[in-house]
Amino acid sequence: MQLYLPIADLPVNVFLVLAMGAAVGFVSGMFGIGGGFLMTPLLIFIGITPAVAVASVASHIAASSFSGALSYWRRRAIDPALASVLLCGGVTGTTLGVWTFTQLRALGQLDLMIALSYVVLLTTVGSLMFSEGLRALMRTRRGALPPRRTHNWIHGLPLKMRFKRSKIYLSVIPVVIVGIMIGFLGAIMGIGGGFILVPIMIYLLRVPTSTVIGTSMVLTLVTMLFATMLHAATNHLVDAVLALILMVGGVTGAQFGARAGQKIRGEQLRLLLGLLILSVGIRFAIELVIQPSDLFTIRELGVSG
Amino acid sequence: MRRTLLAILLVLLLGDAARAERLIVSVSNHRVTVTPNYSGEELVLFGSVEKDTTTPADRTPYDLVVTVMGPRADMVTRRKERTFGIWINTDYRQFLQVPSYLALFANRPFDAITSPEIARRQQIGLNNVLLTQRVSGDFADVVPNDAFRSAFIRLRTQRGLYREDGSAVTFLTPTLFRTGIPLPAEVPIGTYEIEIKLFANGAFIGKTETAFEIVKVGFEQFVATTARQNGLIYGLATVAMALMTGWMASIVFRKD
Repeated sequence: MQLYLPIADLPVNVFLVLAMGAAVGFVSGMFGIGGGFLMTPLLIFIGITPAVAVASVASHIAASSFSGALSYWRRRAIDPALASVLLCGGVTGTTLGVWTFTQLRALGQLDLMIALSYVVLLTTVGSLMFSEGLRALMRTRRGALPPRRTHNWIHGLPLKMRFKRSKIYLSVIPVVIVGIMIGFLGAIMGIGGGFILVPIMIYLLRVPTSTVIGTSMVLTLVTMLFATMLHAATNHLVDAVLALILMVGGVTGAQFGARAGQKIRGEQLRLLLGLLILSVGIRFAIELVIQPSDLFTIRELGVSG
Repeated sequence: MRRTLLAILLVLLLGDAARAERLIVSVSNHRVTVTPNYSGEELVLFGSVEKDTTTPADRTPYDLVVTVMGPRADMVTRRKERTFGIWINTDYRQFLQVPSYLALFANRPFDAITSPEIARRQQIGLNNVLLTQRVSGDFADVVPNDAFRSAFIRLRTQRGLYREDGSAVTFLTPTLFRTGIPLPAEVPIGTYEIEIKLFANGAFIGKTETAFEIVKVGFEQFVATTARQNGLIYGLATVAMALMTGWMASIVFRKD
């Protein structure tokens, strides 16, 4: 069934988009991530312009992280204090991100920047996660204990605050910086940032695993809601019809993904996720290096009259 | 302005012959609606050449050129170049107020209808249509084989938005004609102007104009206009929709 997307100005097959939403939802449910880093490239692949894809995926991620956040809230697995501090940074970062997005679009370098960010971020995070997963897998095979957690330089920073539910005593500076970074990247790349945020919170900020996913989901939720608003108000690029189809597919797929994820061991899961992230990054890298089939592109600056 | 003057001059020079024929045309549909399942359409333009008493008896067969122009817009064409091993947009040209849809149809190849001189003046064929560019502060069209201009036309043609066909117009009788106007799925919304130019024996002898409009209707229209005019409210609605979907999912799939 063909459906005309009003903002993307493109007819698409509803079932194809629904299936894409479900597939990405499955993966996101399995790994406990938003899945934006898969959804945005897939949309670009079916012919939606990167700008519309990034802006529309933001609302899709908001929907899936809201359903996730609700269930974590019921289980009291969200640290409200930590989430608020993260959000201070997140909202600032998103504003900066959307502003940069608009500027880059006017310069004609938006598509390039989206592709470059994907290459750099995904190959780095992907290979880190993959190697870490591999090492963890080896350790369990040898039966060795994981290395003991030690305090690092981050814990020597001033402006310390007590986060009760997470039971940590931590400076707000790194927390706000992490928030800004995730908000900025999210607005430009159309990702929730969960796959970067969770490792950072665990390894750098030493947030206990009991609250880490729920709290990161709150940040994702609010930054993505905010990004949707800003993209809609400044660039008029959010395709609500596209977003709705993606949401319905996504939240359904996520439920089955979560069930499948429980059957796989943690290290293997991280290994798989690392591999997945890495391959998306490499796919973007290849596209940048090989000569495009057409060197010219056209962009309409809006119909007048 | 200059073109109008030329046209007037031409009419004066040709005298009686210029007013000897009248073109009567109509399109099958003056209002095309884009609905959710719109996937392209074809309009039909038909008409006839009306002779009157002043028409020379020895009039040779007529030639027709139909130009369909969609709403005008500014567009930017960018060229990628390899820089530091990756392909980056470097150079660009801005096209000012060019038609977003452009179709040129004739009953025989454009170069067979009239002389290159008249073809250029009457903008017959994609190579002769005026596409104004901003070239370092100046406004001008460039030579037809300019890299940006030809890339622009090639890309628009690939998307089915620019086309020329020297055999699309058919004469049913020596004076009765018809042509199809194909509209692709991703057709721009707005008013479309049609110009029908009549030639005989290589000379331009008259033209007429008509128009049709393409509109989005129903939900599509509503969404597109709201997004553009009330961005903030649109954003709020999208946000509310996202929250609703997420909330419903958490209720439907709640594990009790």
